[in-house]
Amino acid sequence: MNKLASAFQNGKALLAFLTCGDPDLDTTAAAARAAEENGAALLLLGVPFSDPTAEGPVLQASNLRALRGGVTTDRILAFVKELRGSVSLPLALSAYANVVFSYGPERFLAACRDAGIGGLLLFDVPYEERGEFLPLCRQYGVELISTAASAPEARVEQIAREAEGFLSLLPCAEPEDLRALAACAARFSPAPCVVEPAAPTAEALRRAAALADGVLLREPLVELLERCGKDAPEQIGAFLRESKRALAGEPA
Amino acid sequence: MVTNPKGRFGSYGGQYIPESLMNAVMELEEAYNHYKEDPVFQQELSALLQDYAGRPSRLYFAKKMTEDLGGAKIYLKREDLNHTGAHKINNVLGQALLAKKMGKTRLLAETGAGQHGVATATAAALLGMECVVFMGEEDTRRQALNVYKMRLLGATVVPVTTGTATLKDACSAAFREWTTRIAATQYCLGSVMGPHPFPTIVRDFQAVISREIKQQMLEKEGRLPDAVLACVGGGSNAIGSFYHFIGDLGVRLIGCEAAGRGIDTFETAATVNTGRVGIFHGMKSYFCQDAYGQIAPVYSISAGLDYPGVGPEHAYLHDIGRAEYVPVTDSEAVDAFEYLSRTEGIIPAIESAHAVAYARKLAPSMRKDQILVITLSGRGDKDCAAIARYRGEDLYE
Repeated sequence: MNKLASAFQNGKALLAFLTCGDPDLDTTAAAARAAEENGAALLLLGVPFSDPTAEGPVLQASNLRALRGGVTTDRILAFVKELRGSVSLPLALSAYANVVFSYGPERFLAACRDAGIGGLLLFDVPYEERGEFLPLCRQYGVELISTAASAPEARVEQIAREAEGFLSLLPCAEPEDLRALAACAARFSPAPCVVEPAAPTAEALRRAAALADGVLLREPLVELLERCGKDAPEQIGAFLRESKRALAGEPA
Repeated sequence: MVTNPKGRFGSYGGQYIPESLMNAVMELEEAYNHYKEDPVFQQELSALLQDYAGRPSRLYFAKKMTEDLGGAKIYLKREDLNHTGAHKINNVLGQALLAKKMGKTRLLAETGAGQHGVATATAAALLGMECVVFMGEEDTRRQALNVYKMRLLGATVVPVTTGTATLKDACSAAFREWTTRIAATQYCLGSVMGPHPFPTIVRDFQAVISREIKQQMLEKEGRLPDAVLACVGGGSNAIGSFYHFIGDLGVRLIGCEAAGRGIDTFETAATVNTGRVGIFHGMKSYFCQDAYGQIAPVYSISAGLDYPGVGPEHAYLHDIGRAEYVPVTDSEAVDAFEYLSRTEGIIPAIESAHAVAYARKLAPSMRKDQILVITLSGRGDKDCAAIARYRGEDLYE
């Protein structure tokens, strides 16, 4: 069994995203513990980048806040290793290719293994460029998480067939495009599929969950980091608790 | 020089972009591969370049500059005389026509100095397309006149306030916007950068510069030049000036980078001289970055060269030793801006002045029977107010 798969064993999984170091690593640690206590099944920890080209304004700002706070790749890898002492959820990292490339992919992945990180999602490494990182990921036992977007079926199939860890389905402008993407991904992916809800509401969460094996919460949690700063962990815990209830079909 | 089907130049280039953009670049690649072999497309493009943009651009013998410097014969490739005042129009007409053929109705562009934005707005007006230009807020101030021109031409200019609010941030914003509006929109990238196939497409459309230089030089001098100089930000006018000479090993190819306040300071944009290999904006190439791969805020007096990366083909030409990349400071470029104005009666873009500045150092060290070509990528009207301020005058547009 792969390391991340355990997150998907008890019904629809709730995946929580946090930007490491936004606004500081103590807050990230507290938010991670709050996520575990309140029903998250997997933590996706973002390594911040100066120019997060794949993301919207909320996540861009989060990346920049974290960097202004002084986090570095070294500090984050040491932090995650320490976090392992108090959090037992499956952990994955997300990053932009240059952060890993600059650190040295082998050194980065060796550190991931030592910190108990089960998966790595590289926002700007599509199917065509996976070959550069995949052999090292395999060597160090870190699953290279794939992403799929609305595309002709043949491409989604190509990506899905080789998915490992989990397959992250990117938001689509049209609901029917997301449904088609999710259906195709589910048909071909050996790994669980994950979608992001279109809005931070119970209804949107249930609709997203109906399409996949798990729901990834990124923007709503990062918005809480933006709004509440060091006080965000409690809010994040509460938000995840509500989300978990919504997923279970219980009234809020 | 494309060495494999995925657009790698040696180990540089590639397609390091979010999956949400892959569809769009694959569609573009397929369309480009089709239309570049299509005689009707090529005919339409040639007609536009000739009748609308004013090609071929002149190769002018700079007699006074040659005499003053006392070394190599100096020729100026006058891209500044093109419609819209820079080489950018060569690429834009090609990409806009391609987008039109692909059924797109809306063009996106990033711009630094505003030259590429103006060129894209121009092509959009000509071809009846909508146009949105992303420009760093800092640059909208430095190049206010070009912002007005783009709006006059019917384009929407979106000031970008993220990061350093310059070219790199405008580029990131344009990529992001493209992700959300792929169906009707084509991203008309302004330099030989970004994911494959952009570095190849832009190179091919700019290669007209070196094709003409070669032919004009053979007509005028009966031989090839000894050196070709061009300024390098992303590197589109430079690769255009170099391309047809790459196989002619007797021709030195020299890219002039913006060193800002100097390559020993942090206020520089000389990527090849001060950067290291990384992955950003869709490509593997040289980038100015910190020890952890965070992209560095770069600086140059020239908004058009104020970019932390360089096109992947330049990275490759550098590594194999086929092209040289030299740093030129703000101060040297401003001196050259004034020098060319007084010596030849030609006001160059501050970007192009970087190449003129290096020619002033190089030409005197060459023999009188040697020939040096400088590509004047653009004209300097847009820079006059900023240079006046640099010299302490209280002049605003």
